This record gives sequence, C-alpha cells and structure tokens, in this order.
Amino acid sequence: MALPVWLSDFWSIYSTLVFTVGVHAMLALSIWLTLSCGLLSLANAAFMGIGAYTAALLTVQLGWSFPAVLLAGGLAPALVALLIGVPVLRLSGVYLAMATLAFGEVVRITVLNLEITGGPEGLNGIPLATEGWHIVVLLGATVYGLHRLRRSKVGRAFEAIKEDEVAARLMGINVDRYKLLAFVLGSLIAGVAGALNAHFTFFISPREYGFENAVDILTMAVLGGTSGLVGPMLGGTILTLLPELLRFLQDFRALVNGAVLVLVVLFLPKGIWEPRRVHAWWQRTTRRTGGVK
Amino acid sequence: MSAPLLSIRNVSKNFGGLQVLQDVNFDVPAGSIYGLIGPNGAGKTTVFNLVTGLLQPTGGGIDFQGESLLGLPSHRITHRGIARTFQNIRIFKEMDLLENVMVGLHDHLEYGTFGMLFNTAGYRRAEKKARERALELLSWVGLDARADQLAHNLSYGDQRKLEFARALATEPKLLLLDEPVAGMNPSEKTVLMAEIRNIRDRGYSVFMIEHDMRFVMGLCERIAVLNFGRIIAEGTPDAIRSNPQVIEAYLGREDDQ
Repeated sequence: MALPVWLSDFWSIYSTLVFTVGVHAMLALSIWLTLSCGLLSLANAAFMGIGAYTAALLTVQLGWSFPAVLLAGGLAPALVALLIGVPVLRLSGVYLAMATLAFGEVVRITVLNLEITGGPEGLNGIPLATEGWHIVVLLGATVYGLHRLRRSKVGRAFEAIKEDEVAARLMGINVDRYKLLAFVLGSLIAGVAGALNAHFTFFISPREYGFENAVDILTMAVLGGTSGLVGPMLGGTILTLLPELLRFLQDFRALVNGAVLVLVVLFLPKGIWEPRRVHAWWQRTTRRTGGVK
Repeated sequence: MSAPLLSIRNVSKNFGGLQVLQDVNFDVPAGSIYGLIGPNGAGKTTVFNLVTGLLQPTGGGIDFQGESLLGLPSHRITHRGIARTFQNIRIFKEMDLLENVMVGLHDHLEYGTFGMLFNTAGYRRAEKKARERALELLSWVGLDARADQLAHNLSYGDQRKLEFARALATEPKLLLLDEPVAGMNPSEKTVLMAEIRNIRDRGYSVFMIEHDMRFVMGLCERIAVLNFGRIIAEGTPDAIRSNPQVIEAYLGREDDQ
C-alpha cells in the first residue's frame, strides 16, 4: 500500500521527532516510577546513557541482533542501579537527588574519557535499526506493566512508602527492598529508551546524558503530572513538541518555552493531567451543555 | 500463670548522654488490655519505638512469644504479630480508606509477578479476598460506607479508627495503641473505649499508652507507671490509684507546696 505523498513527506521530515516523543514518554515514565515510591532520583539520564552506549557498542562492535541489544541496553543500567542502589537509597529527599546527580556526572565523565566510547566525539555510525513499531510495542509494554504494577500490592506499597515511610515499614512492608525495586525498574526502562534512541539518531555523545537532560526528564514528569501514567507521557510529548512548535519565534524560542513551563507549574502545581481535576472539569462541562439543550 | 506475650526485661535506652529509659521491666499478658502511663516525657513512646524496632535498646532484652525481637527490622516484627498506631496519626492521606487498610494486608497477599502482570484467576481471587477483608475491618470501626473516600477527608476521630483498622489488617497478636484518645471529645472517647474492648474480645491483646486516667483505669486490666524513665509501679488499676509514688509523680509531693 503506497502512502499519500503528503504523509510520506511529513514522515521523512518528522519521523525522528515522532520517535523522540515515544522515547521521551518512556523516560518520563521511568522517573515517574521512582517518584511514585517517593524517591527523587536524578540518575535516569545516566541510566539512559548507559543503555544507549551498551546497546550501540554491542551493535557496532559485536554485531548483536537488535532484540538482544535492546535487552542488554535495559539490563546493563539495571545492574548498575542494583549495585549503587543499596548504598545510595539510604539517602532521601534532596540528599538522594544530589547523590544521584553526582552519579550521573561520574557516568558522563567516564564515558567522556574512555577510548571505546569515542570520548567527547561520541559514537558515530550506529545502524538505524529502530522502527516505529518497536517504540510503540515497548512503550505499550511499559505502560501495561506499570498499570498492572500500580493496581497490585506493589503499587500500594510504593504509594505507602511515598506517603509515610515509617508507617509503611510497620505495615510489614520491606521498604528498602521496594525502593530498590523502583530504582532498578526505573533504570531498566530508561536504559531501553536509551537503546532505542541510539538506533535512530545515528550518533550519540556524552553531552546527551548530562545534568540538563536529567532535569529535563524530571520536568517532563512533573509538568505532565505524576498522579497517573498519562501525565508523564503527556509531559514528555509537550516538552518534545513545544520547542518545534515555537520555531517561528526564532531567537525568543527558549524564552517562551521557559515561560510556558513556569506558567504551568505556577497555575497547575500538580501537573497538566490530574485525574481528579480533569474529572471535575468534565462534569462541569457536560452539565453546562446539558443545560443549553 | 502462662508465659507473657510481650516481655520487657531490664531495658535501658540512652540518647547520647540522656538516659531515657533505665532498667525497665514488665510483662504484657496474652488476651488482656495492658496500659502504660506516665507524665509527659517519661519515655512511653520510646518503649513503643523499641518494641517495634524503630529504635534499638542500649541494654536489656525484649521478647515476644518467648523469642527475642532485638536486631529485627520493623517489618519483620510486624510479621511476628505486632502492630501499632501512632500518637500523631500516620494514615496514608492521599489514599482512600480501602487502600489504606489493604496496605496493612500486604503480607497476606500471596501472588507472584506473573499473576500480577497477567491478571490471572489466582491474582484476582487474592485481590478480591483482600478487598473483602479490608471492608470487613472497616466495618468493625464503622467506616465501611466511606471506603472509597480519601483518608484526609476524615475527621480526627475517624482517622484514628482508620488507623486501628489498618493496624488490625496486619493480623497482629498484639496491638500497640499510642495515646488512642488524644484530642478526642468525651463522646468519641466512650465510643473508642467500646471499640477497644471489642478488639480485645475478638482475640487480640492490646497494649496502650494513654494520658487520660479515666480512660486507662476503666479499660486496662493491668497498668505500668513510667516516671523519668523508670517503672515506679505496676499492678491493677485499683492498686495503681492508691499507690503513693504514683500520686506523687502526678500531683507532686505535699512538702513541695
């Protein structure tokens, strides 16, 4: 079946952007998971980087098949998360944020100085293996898995820990183990997102996995709203598309982009997608239109 | 007499140079309502924090059903059968009442990752059973009609009742209540008193800290009195009421005036 010309034109220009929306949605979900357990971890950009480099190197150097590469891209950061999680998760609040940021810098600087990663020049010529359906399937699987998790005793344990760690402990919840679980699963999702990303951008460098990216990922989740799974994905989409939509503003683009974020945070402190507020708004609207009839 | 359910033996606790508890000894018998009273700052809540593993004693031992609790993390102590409520209520405010109680059922939900991910019949059965049990516990404290409301919408007294139901969900043998009637009005207190007797009659043992003398004297079968980190008296409410040392601790000595 041949695509209409306008659609194939659109796709050839914007396919990378659409792919990026999917990857960003996954990243936002990865940080949502740790946030849902009350952990402010900023290591997800680094985990994404570990996943991206692991996957890209396995493809380029060893010629592994794409599914195997994606799996390794998820497992490598999960293993690292397991190792650093035990000491780091003893911290909480801003101290955890600082420690995980520091870990992110260590990863970035390590990648910057290694020979095998191409140092500051990054890795070039990664085969374009990622296709649209890969992202759809993996994002779908992530959403499904997190949705199931959320409704189970694991999700309730996460929420209890977020609300009151001591009370959760005394309900018989092994708080340390569940925190580690959230941290490791979050790193796995970020790693897979990184592996997907590396295989459609052709090129990766340490610059893409630094401090700013860590904050960007957090912003996506917080902007969209962290009370459900829709919020982070919406936030990821908006933060990816907004700079493109504002392209006509040229030099003022970053300024307006920042202003939009500030306004959202000011007026919608719980994020754009808050189920309870959306529900109330929906009821008001239907009542109003019902009255007109 | 049968072996005590909970046994506090020569327990002491120091915070730096401050001796909060010194050589504390008492036994909580099974199947009773036991009270721990004492003036503010006597170290009552510290006793609870030691029993639930939030703190470790500087010296002495704590046995539950003949086995030591020392060195166990809090969640393991909950597995052994001790649950507690808090002086300053610690419910999960952003969760609804049913979810609050279901958190307490955490250990009694046995399903694996597979069942959870693929929504198997076994998983659904376990979740359904837990929901029904949670509703039953809520009905014990008269909150079942409000199961789907958020916990922070509850009145102060109802929040305490929710905390009871949540603690009972862990299937404890011993329930620790930290000042259960603090901040309640007299009619709420009467209701709660009946509630606690009910809980005892269902086979749970209760160990409570309380300030309200009338409440403690009316409810507890035995009482220990803590003052400046030491047990100064232990016995039945009548014996405690007439004990000169207890009167002195609460009202001061005559020659002080």
